[in-house]
Amino acid sequence: MRPMFRLGVLLCLAGTAGAQQSPDSTARRQQRMLDSLAAALTAVQGKLDSISSAPPPAAPARTSGAYMNVSFVGLTDFAWSSEKDLGALQVGDHEPHVRGFAIPNAELALDGTVDPYLKAFVNIVHKLDANGETGVELEEMYFLTTSLPHNLQVKGGQFFAEFGRQNPQHPHSWAFADQPLALNRMFGPEGLRSQGLRVSWLLPTSFYTEATVAVLNSAGTTTWSFRSDESAQIHAGAPVDRAVRGVGDMLYVPRLATSVDLSETQTLLFGVSGAFGPNNSGDAAKTRVYGADVYWKWKSPTARKGFPFVAFQGEGLVRRYDAASRTAVDAFRVALPAATLKDDGAYAQVQWGIRPMLVAGLRAEYATGNGVVAETPFTTAERANRNRYSTNLTWFPTEYSKFRIQYNYDHRAWVGNDHTVLLQFEFLLGAHAAHKF
Amino acid sequence: MTTLTHLVLAFAALLPTAGGVEAPPPAKLLNVVATTPDLAALARAIGGAAVDVKALAKPTEDPHFVDAKPSLVVTLNRADMLIEGGAELEMGWLPPLLESARNDRIAAGSPGRVSASTGIRMLEVPTSFDRSKGDVHSMGNPHFLLDPVNVRLVVTQIAQHMAQVDPASAALFRDNLKNFLATLEVKAAAWQKELEPFRGAKIVTYHKDFVYLAERYKLEVAETLEPKPGIEPSPIHLAAVIGTMRAQKVRVILVQPFQNRKTAETVARQTDAVVLDMPQQPGVKPNTATYFDLMDSLVHTLATALQEKK
Repeated sequence: MRPMFRLGVLLCLAGTAGAQQSPDSTARRQQRMLDSLAAALTAVQGKLDSISSAPPPAAPARTSGAYMNVSFVGLTDFAWSSEKDLGALQVGDHEPHVRGFAIPNAELALDGTVDPYLKAFVNIVHKLDANGETGVELEEMYFLTTSLPHNLQVKGGQFFAEFGRQNPQHPHSWAFADQPLALNRMFGPEGLRSQGLRVSWLLPTSFYTEATVAVLNSAGTTTWSFRSDESAQIHAGAPVDRAVRGVGDMLYVPRLATSVDLSETQTLLFGVSGAFGPNNSGDAAKTRVYGADVYWKWKSPTARKGFPFVAFQGEGLVRRYDAASRTAVDAFRVALPAATLKDDGAYAQVQWGIRPMLVAGLRAEYATGNGVVAETPFTTAERANRNRYSTNLTWFPTEYSKFRIQYNYDHRAWVGNDHTVLLQFEFLLGAHAAHKF
Repeated sequence: MTTLTHLVLAFAALLPTAGGVEAPPPAKLLNVVATTPDLAALARAIGGAAVDVKALAKPTEDPHFVDAKPSLVVTLNRADMLIEGGAELEMGWLPPLLESARNDRIAAGSPGRVSASTGIRMLEVPTSFDRSKGDVHSMGNPHFLLDPVNVRLVVTQIAQHMAQVDPASAALFRDNLKNFLATLEVKAAAWQKELEPFRGAKIVTYHKDFVYLAERYKLEVAETLEPKPGIEPSPIHLAAVIGTMRAQKVRVILVQPFQNRKTAETVARQTDAVVLDMPQQPGVKPNTATYFDLMDSLVHTLATALQEKK
């Protein structure tokens, strides 16, 4: 638009019209022309004025064509180990439990926007057991608010508790084929997840700080250190069938995480977490789990597809399991005295993204039940000392598939050393949601 | 005489626009966040003194592969406006950031959210979803800002949204838009003129990221070093590229900072070609902070190389 130019033309035409003595028809024609030009000019001005309210020019509606994203992650493994009973060694739910082939995780994921206030996520996991039977579980299903005031956000449904870094992650985000031992010990084969509500608050600090607290049901196989029947493996006593009497019998998972960018290329993330709830060794027994986690990443400023990079991740966990006086599960005449079972474990891993789509990894870890002596009645395989050292190499043909080879050197107290090789292949179909940092 | 009255009125109405608007100093700067530095540069040009603009991606960073760092959550949480490229450019990293940012002002559909690809005539929109064809964006090629005609639409949209979010500065945004479009008209003509002698010239690019530039200036992208979008160059494919370049006498290879220059150099050595550093983001090369400076640099670099290799 060049209003000044148009205006000049109009003024010249107007001058001509005023000066000329023409026949009536010519004057009328000129008048009509001037009127229409003046109208055009007004329209131009109108257009300029309405720029703040007019719709964008030529804006065809573009949508993804669906109300939700659907994706499927398929994970297949091949495993071989010096330990014949691989299931005793690889205790995570998404790891192979026999020598040979396994399909430990096939995940159907759905996510989308429910309405202007909510989003929702669903993960349905299929697994083949050692006999080839398919098991199906609703791994996660939750809503998430999008528009609460004061930087608050609520999640509700069934979900992985936000304890530490790896617990909330799904297997395809892990840097190794198996779950860290410390997480296995504290939260069981499937990780800490349950039904409940979680409130999170993004603090108004200049750097990232987020406080979350979840209130969850404390019973079930996925609340391993709490009111879980499998927790007999921890306290070696007959589990007490313990009902919820009040809010004190719920599981509480608070977390505080903070992060700073150390430089243009380096980011540090640090978090502390806790999980507090009842356990079923007795009528009033409680468990406390504390954790600290750190993640550091360097990425080249001119990274191609995100490579090269170096990432360090470490987590340490401590459990205080107040076991009540109870009957030994394998010897009903033996009464175990009340005691606080002290366990801890940690892992540290480094990932080196060597060149696009090739990542090498190293991991060292330990888990232990402090003060446990082989002969005491408290001893279970679950709490024995164990160290593991792993290395792996992952090749991603594209972002949608990966091949991984991993070697574990495993030392279990009173059992010995084992060598395990895991091969993993994974593919992704559909538009899987993007990953968090 | 009625006509003259009309004209005087029209003239009076035009005066503030034609004469330029003195915007009152804004009480609080509008916090504008753009996903990429090129969009940030456009936002700065339109927002002027009334806005504070930040970009999430670094200029040297591949806009497809930005880490969803927690610091970006904080940036988005404080934003009054978010300008994204859209068309799935940021789909790998923006959704989790927005989820954590919990900021209604920049929610999809609100005045504070600009999706730059809205209204753009997208190129290479696939007819079917098939990842055997590589990492193809289902909504078309998202590298559309190298076509000045598209930039017209983008800045107009930015100005509109800014005026809605901050009506007090609407006149300033309108004025800046007018000036930008006037400069763009002049600059676009100059770019057209500079590249006109090379109409039909063949170029090779690393990724499919110069198709809009090629379309506008009638250049032909003879090959890409990537066999398919997002797929790493393979020796077999590079051999084919070298064959094509020799046969068709293609003498320039365009690369961005995050692409593999060594691969491009290897191909260039065998084809008597030159590797051109053509960052699409402002600020990578000196004196390319604005869109106009960036395009000047890109067009001039390309024209010079095409001239020398003619």
